[in-house]
Amino acid sequence: MTVSPADVSVERAAPVPAGVGGSLAVRWGGRVAGFVGGALLVLWGAVTLAFLVLKLVPGDPVDVMIGPLASVTPEARAAIRADLGLNQPVLVQYAAYLGRVASGDLGQSYQLHRPVSAVIAENLPHTLALALAALGLAVVLALVGAALSRRGASRRFFDLLELGAVSAPVFWTGLVLSAVFSYRLGWFPVIGGNTVTRLVLPAIAMALPIAAVLAQVLRQGLDVAESEPFAHTARARGLSRRQVTLRHSMRHASVGTLTLGGYMFGSLLGGAVLIETVFARPGLGRVTLDAILGRDLPIVMGMVIVSGIAFILINVVVDAASLVLDPRLRVGRGGAAARGARARAEAEPAKATDQGEGSAS
Amino acid sequence: MSTINHPGRLAGSLVPRTVRAFSTSWATRLGWLVGALVLLFLAVAALFPEVIAHGDPTATNARNVLAAPSAEHLFGTDQSGRDVFTRVVHGTGISLGVGLRAVGIALAVSILIGSLAGLAPRRLDSVLSRLIEVVMAFPEFLIALLVVAIMGKGASAVALGVTISVIPAYVRLARISTKRLRISGPYEAALILGVHPARAALRHIVPSVAASLVGLAIVGFGSAIVSAAGLSFLGLGVQPPTPEWGLMMSEGKNQLGNAWWISVFPGLMLAITVIAVTTVARPLQRYLEGGKA
Repeated sequence: MTVSPADVSVERAAPVPAGVGGSLAVRWGGRVAGFVGGALLVLWGAVTLAFLVLKLVPGDPVDVMIGPLASVTPEARAAIRADLGLNQPVLVQYAAYLGRVASGDLGQSYQLHRPVSAVIAENLPHTLALALAALGLAVVLALVGAALSRRGASRRFFDLLELGAVSAPVFWTGLVLSAVFSYRLGWFPVIGGNTVTRLVLPAIAMALPIAAVLAQVLRQGLDVAESEPFAHTARARGLSRRQVTLRHSMRHASVGTLTLGGYMFGSLLGGAVLIETVFARPGLGRVTLDAILGRDLPIVMGMVIVSGIAFILINVVVDAASLVLDPRLRVGRGGAAARGARARAEAEPAKATDQGEGSAS
Repeated sequence: MSTINHPGRLAGSLVPRTVRAFSTSWATRLGWLVGALVLLFLAVAALFPEVIAHGDPTATNARNVLAAPSAEHLFGTDQSGRDVFTRVVHGTGISLGVGLRAVGIALAVSILIGSLAGLAPRRLDSVLSRLIEVVMAFPEFLIALLVVAIMGKGASAVALGVTISVIPAYVRLARISTKRLRISGPYEAALILGVHPARAALRHIVPSVAASLVGLAIVGFGSAIVSAAGLSFLGLGVQPPTPEWGLMMSEGKNQLGNAWWISVFPGLMLAITVIAVTTVARPLQRYLEGGKA
């Protein structure tokens, strides 16, 4: 991709002196309000989706939950019914459910006979450890991969490697890793072993596709950043190609990569269902699958809400980290030029110039 | 940045322009050709599996269980002595079928919703686009799982779940394309000439929106196949002895130590399918969305 003169002029005009967009408090207030609004919207969506699960189940949800074979006294049935609020009009049920979730009550699992929040709290650490390990590994692999394969034959080789890593289904990668490293070579225990050895193979299986996507985006970002005027300036100042990459381009390329990384981290929750099944690991994925197989609706509903909360938290982290990495994003909502800069940075983070980079560190 | 072509011009010049667009390097062109050939082979396997693997995919043979890959059994045999190669070939149709159906329905729905949203009054459009954003906060696979949770496990639940899970991304792109086309020449000119808005939209917007979705649709086809296989792998889809790739992988999961081929080959076919789809789709997508490859 080439940068046209028009692009460059917009970039140059973009940074504006602080204070143009009104007082600091107003600017940050507006930003926070916008963010909280978005977060609440997602949360509302999650609760509504969870409620829809209950309402869309064909037939009587109580029958579905206790199973066709169970013999339950009419009293117990009535108790479940009252507990779910099924006797009331739909809107009342909906309002009541919103209220209960707001107060932290996710209901009761009818298979496990425990509160949903307790089941989730118990299994969350396993999945979180797996997801964090996978993400960390993916970031390292992506950085190494992108740095090693900027041009020439190595780039073509990594392109192929990445295509394979993105295309291979995680559960298949998991099975292959397990067949090779657990069964054939015996490096990792099939069952048993300690927390770390049990984590390695699932984390690798999960990390590979993410690493491939991140590496592609990172490399594209580096390409764009290095075609910017500041890269030539830095080279003219006497920095080596490697130094330019490490000090300047990497930072620009990382903002877009970060956003994508956050998105992919969120989708790990879906992948966890598969990976935890392949490696027979405990965790939220297993809980979700068991709940679907056993038609344990309160757990399924709870997982929808957890997923919504995860999305919001990931966005907080990504936004905060982007502010640290790209100072231009810290300019308030004021001035049109600042808005333009922000919009451009969000749309094409890799195109950011290094204006203000000195002041950031 | 990206220019959506006038439908007539696009239809007339899609193929040659596209070929030119990705013919920049021989490697890309070769990759595209290989990918297309693989897809052709898969299509034959899906439509006429007997041509490639004659034999019954469910025929058991108690005297030849867990046989390693050999000239006689290319992919070995499973715990019931069934030929894995035959089962893999016969499973192609199921996977491709689910993917095609999911993408077809998702395309139709998203063109309808997306172009309506793009043409709707601003307030309705912003409500709709907010809704899409909220739905897109949830991972695709989770949405598919939810549909199965609601409907109960089974092949039709998996097909529906996969279809619903891909719709939001399509709707979003369809809406964006519509908004771009709305202010483009042909549609506005038609309105000024007094053509009924619905007719003008059908004539000047819908075909181009459909064209802009082609790349995403092909990529989505690959991910739909993987999602469906994943759900079957979890035991939520088709039931044994159906030769479905995901289900076969799950059946071989407990034999990884002594018969890796039962799980590995169906998954390999799945991976190859996705790679071929991606290779073929990428230049098309770049061309249609970015205006250049």
